Amino acid sequence: MRGKSAALRHAREVFVPLATIAVLFAAWEAACRFFAIPAYLVPAPSAIWVDTGKLAGPVFHHTVATTVTVLLGFLASFVISLPLAILLTTSPTIAGVIYPLLVLTQSIPKVALAPILVVILGANELPRIVVTFLVAFFPLVLSVAAGLVAVPPELIELGRSCRASRWKEIWRIRLPYAVPFVFSGLKAAITLSVVGAVVAEFVNADRGLGYLIVTSTAFFQVPVAWGALIILSLMGIVLFQIVVIVERVFFPWSLSSDRPGAS
Amino acid sequence: MIAIEGVGKTFQSRDGDAVEALRGVSLQIRRNEFVCLVGPSGCGKSTLLRLVGGLTLPSSGRVSIDGTTVAEPRSDTGFVFQAATLLPWATILDNVLFPARMMGVLTGAHVERARELLTMVGLAGFEGKHPRELSGGMQQRAGICRALVNDPDILLMDEPFGALDALTREELTLELMRIAAERPKTILFVTHSIPEAVLLADRVVVMSPRPGRIAEIIDIDLPRPRDFDMEARHEFQDATRRIRDLIFGSRARRAA
Ligand SMILES: Nc1ncnc2c1ncn2[C@@H]1O[C@H](COP(=O)(O)OP(=O)(O)OP(=O)(O)O)[C@@H](O)[C@H]1O
Ligand SMILES: [Mg+2]
Repeated sequence: MRGKSAALRHAREVFVPLATIAVLFAAWEAACRFFAIPAYLVPAPSAIWVDTGKLAGPVFHHTVATTVTVLLGFLASFVISLPLAILLTTSPTIAGVIYPLLVLTQSIPKVALAPILVVILGANELPRIVVTFLVAFFPLVLSVAAGLVAVPPELIELGRSCRASRWKEIWRIRLPYAVPFVFSGLKAAITLSVVGAVVAEFVNADRGLGYLIVTSTAFFQVPVAWGALIILSLMGIVLFQIVVIVERVFFPWSLSSDRPGAS
Repeated sequence: MIAIEGVGKTFQSRDGDAVEALRGVSLQIRRNEFVCLVGPSGCGKSTLLRLVGGLTLPSSGRVSIDGTTVAEPRSDTGFVFQAATLLPWATILDNVLFPARMMGVLTGAHVERARELLTMVGLAGFEGKHPRELSGGMQQRAGICRALVNDPDILLMDEPFGALDALTREELTLELMRIAAERPKTILFVTHSIPEAVLLADRVVVMSPRPGRIAEIIDIDLPRPRDFDMEARHEFQDATRRIRDLIFGSRARRAA
């Protein structure tokens, strides 16, 4: 009984969004044809498909380039946010120093920063990764830090009674407890990484989907720009789902309903 | 072995008020003695236990174990908390091994001992399960195994059976007596149940509130091994009545 209803629910989870998207595209196509909207304003899905398909090879390379930037920026966010959050929560003094700096990095417009980073770091992949990181890491730091301090006092007391060192308390109690928080931060970070990578590519790139959007609109290949946009959305969805699956497979307990922060 | 000498403890609350939780508490506990603490809620039982365990420090006076002042949790002390407080992400076996792992002394012998303890409390086969897959009583048993895994000389138990149903409670009481007989330990045990205290203890310490003090210490002369049949004995009845009078006052008892 339960297995069957679970399968049904899964089918519905997949089917309903897919059906919604299909209906949306159909309506879009119909509207474009019915109102004869010119392709340089809003192209029909069929036109997007055909025009983007003609450039399948280059589009594929652009997609790979963007994916690499997204993943490296995301990785940088993860690797830097974790220790940063630990630092923030262990010492009020350090927190007092770092917090204003963090807020500062968030108040700087990344689009304005990108060209300056190119001057400093050179016209290569690095400034793009830095921009992606700057866009993506902030919510991750905040949610990891929130998880580290949300540990119930009983568990901290348990650690103390077992003479746990500061480091072991973080590693064996605080971090495991924070896992659901880490994942909700990672879900925000992966989505923002896509945004960050495209912003970086707008400013400084010779490839990537952001670059493709800029160049194809400049050359009035509007359907190709739309194609890139759709690929970017798909990339966001797929990467987000990968994070969800990793959490389900490796940290199943983090999803149990009686924990805070579980999604 | 445990010496509590003129201990006072005052908590400073955030708005500046001071709460005097304990005043002038003195108590000597012999090696392998079983001492129960009873008293009305808020009389400082948990605070006293935490002082002995080194989780907080006294405002005045001194707590020492074998002549050494307690300044931090010791490796020869095991804790059982009121709630099982197991780590939800770790298996039962890992939870039991937690103190050994934290103290960096984990060996194969500990794993073996953990399995033995789990078998002893009827949790064989649950080593690989997670806490949420166990009932409250089973979780509490795992918590007791965890306190015992380092084979501590001193066991501090703060209402360990408080959250359990009466049946499980009796079962675990018997189990605890068996453990204490098998591997003698100095045990300090907080409870709200007067019969439980009398059944378990060599001495029952009755505390009174505001500020928390020792009202009286009652020796329990029941022979060991003990079981629930002893509740019918007059020594048992006398002791429980005496404790009840101390806590509620004899007038309250007559009215009831
Ligand atoms: N960390 C703390 N900060 C401030 N006050 C505290 C703290 N811990 C305990 N107290 C106060 O000290 C007094 C004694 O508390 P304690 O927890 O020791 O009582 P208890 O006898 O264990 O009560 P119960 O039977 O309800 O568990 C209470 O008035 C309590 O409010
Ligand atoms: Mg208490």
